[in-house]
Amino acid sequence: MSRAKAGKIVATALMAAFSVLFLVPLIWMVSAASKVESEVLEYPIRWIPDHWNFAANFRTVWLGDVPFALFYWNSFKLAAAMTLGTLLFSSMAAFSLSKLRFRGRDLAFGLLLSFMIIPPEATLVPRYMLMKWFHLYNSHEGLIVMGLFSIYFTFLLRQFMLGIHNDFIEAARMDGAGYATVYWRIMIPLSKPILATVAIIKFIWSWNDYQNALIFLIDRDLYPIPLGMQLFRNDFADNYSVLMMASLSAIVPLLLVFVVLQKQVIKGISLGGVKG
Amino acid sequence: MYSHSQAKKVAIPSKSVRNAYWNPKRREALAGWLFLAPELLGMIALSLFPILFSLLLSFSEWNLVGGLSSIRFAGWDNFAAMLEDDKIGKALRNNFVYTLFTVPVGLFLALVLAVLIHTRVYGKSYFKVAFFIPYISSIIALGAIWSALFHPSYGPVNRFLLSVGVEDPPKWLADPQYSLTAIMIIAIWAAIGYKIVIYIAGLGQIPDELYEAASIDGAGSFQRFFRITLPLLKPTLFFLFITTLMSSFKVFDLVAFLTGGGPNDSSTVLVYRIYEEGFRHFRMGYASAISWLLFVIVGLVTFVSARMQRERHDVPGGRFG
Repeated sequence: MSRAKAGKIVATALMAAFSVLFLVPLIWMVSAASKVESEVLEYPIRWIPDHWNFAANFRTVWLGDVPFALFYWNSFKLAAAMTLGTLLFSSMAAFSLSKLRFRGRDLAFGLLLSFMIIPPEATLVPRYMLMKWFHLYNSHEGLIVMGLFSIYFTFLLRQFMLGIHNDFIEAARMDGAGYATVYWRIMIPLSKPILATVAIIKFIWSWNDYQNALIFLIDRDLYPIPLGMQLFRNDFADNYSVLMMASLSAIVPLLLVFVVLQKQVIKGISLGGVKG
Repeated sequence: MYSHSQAKKVAIPSKSVRNAYWNPKRREALAGWLFLAPELLGMIALSLFPILFSLLLSFSEWNLVGGLSSIRFAGWDNFAAMLEDDKIGKALRNNFVYTLFTVPVGLFLALVLAVLIHTRVYGKSYFKVAFFIPYISSIIALGAIWSALFHPSYGPVNRFLLSVGVEDPPKWLADPQYSLTAIMIIAIWAAIGYKIVIYIAGLGQIPDELYEAASIDGAGSFQRFFRITLPLLKPTLFFLFITTLMSSFKVFDLVAFLTGGGPNDSSTVLVYRIYEEGFRHFRMGYASAISWLLFVIVGLVTFVSARMQRERHDVPGGRFG
């Protein structure tokens, strides 16, 4: 075996060890979620529980007083609606900005890009008032409306659509297709890979959103998972096994999505950093 | 680009003859604006209008409970009050400490790991996934895990510290001196996967021939890193630098969930001040003034970094280079 190869094996082993150390908090979470409370904070840490309590903790989280299943459904509904809306509006804008020519287009594009420096955190107060005025405060609709538009995804889609050949569009136009047909029958199908990537990332971000939900929702029945986690933290402050079961439940669906679609997710994230 | 000359060559459709005003060019413009309209109007309504409106509000005094009619012009009062506000001082200090610590440490750690993963190990995709898991997880769920790990007396972190002979370990999230440190540790840990993935994408764009040529010329791995990797990775580094810098000033979730800015405002930050003043005390004018302070800081930081980038590289397409 060559020296370079041996070195690479050693480096791999060291990195593997480090990656396990890095994931220790998550491993600890899984372990704690399977324990009875008295074993959770034992030291040295008992990684494999003596008394399995996974099922009981699961019942407390999912069938207890805090309606976790409802939070789940709320999160899913919100994330799905925001994702679909973003796909539609961002791809429409991207089509316009990449394939249609009209006066003021570049100005509009520049204007959109310049909005990126406005921190959403700095617009919380006026958005709160807007929500009040339009009677959208404390409603899912309000949260969804605020999650429909994204300059970042519009930019990613535009960069991708610039690479779609004009011949497709011109051929369709000569056959008498209108712009709506071109958009729906040509641009959308040809952009499928990037649309899938945008969908996954937008879904993950919406699923994890905490700030908007915290400020724009009051009713417990409307809470998505991150706010539900907060209720658990208040109700079960010293009950870490239940809290860890709630954390585990919050993380697992995204983890599954990610493991299945990791290539798309990682590609989508990297797109932001590399000139497209 | 869809071309207009195209339309001239082709026989004009009979529809356009009937309606001379809607020639192909006008029609394309109409389609362009219609397709752009939802996104553009949405952003104007939810971003541009609010930020301008909050400027107006920041010069007013308004307690939400009184309704719109109770808005009073307050001049510079809110900004003057900010200068006297101890909590704002603490928040600013914490925001700067947070940025000065998490941005360089995060960027450096991620760079080291990315280079190792990219060049030195087998199973690249496993490592990318492993380090990325916290980034896709709900930061609130991660915060809940760390709140247990950092438990002052029974948490595994302190039990470990005690067992290796650290007497009197910090109380972390419950400790005025360490609450911000604890939050910074969690934040760096949670976001490192994102940076690694971006770095690896950048590393993948450096042509292998450069390294081969350098090896033939007898360059060691350190030389290769400093002479090839680092210079060619600069656009990626700048992108990460700007994005992490911008987001570091907006830190909120962990603070709100774990400490509520405490104990004793030791971990309070600007966005948390906006939240507390605006949505707990309903001082909308004052919260708007803080919002503008945040906006100006983020704007300045972005502007200065974009300038730096342009001067050093002359990269076309500036901010996304």
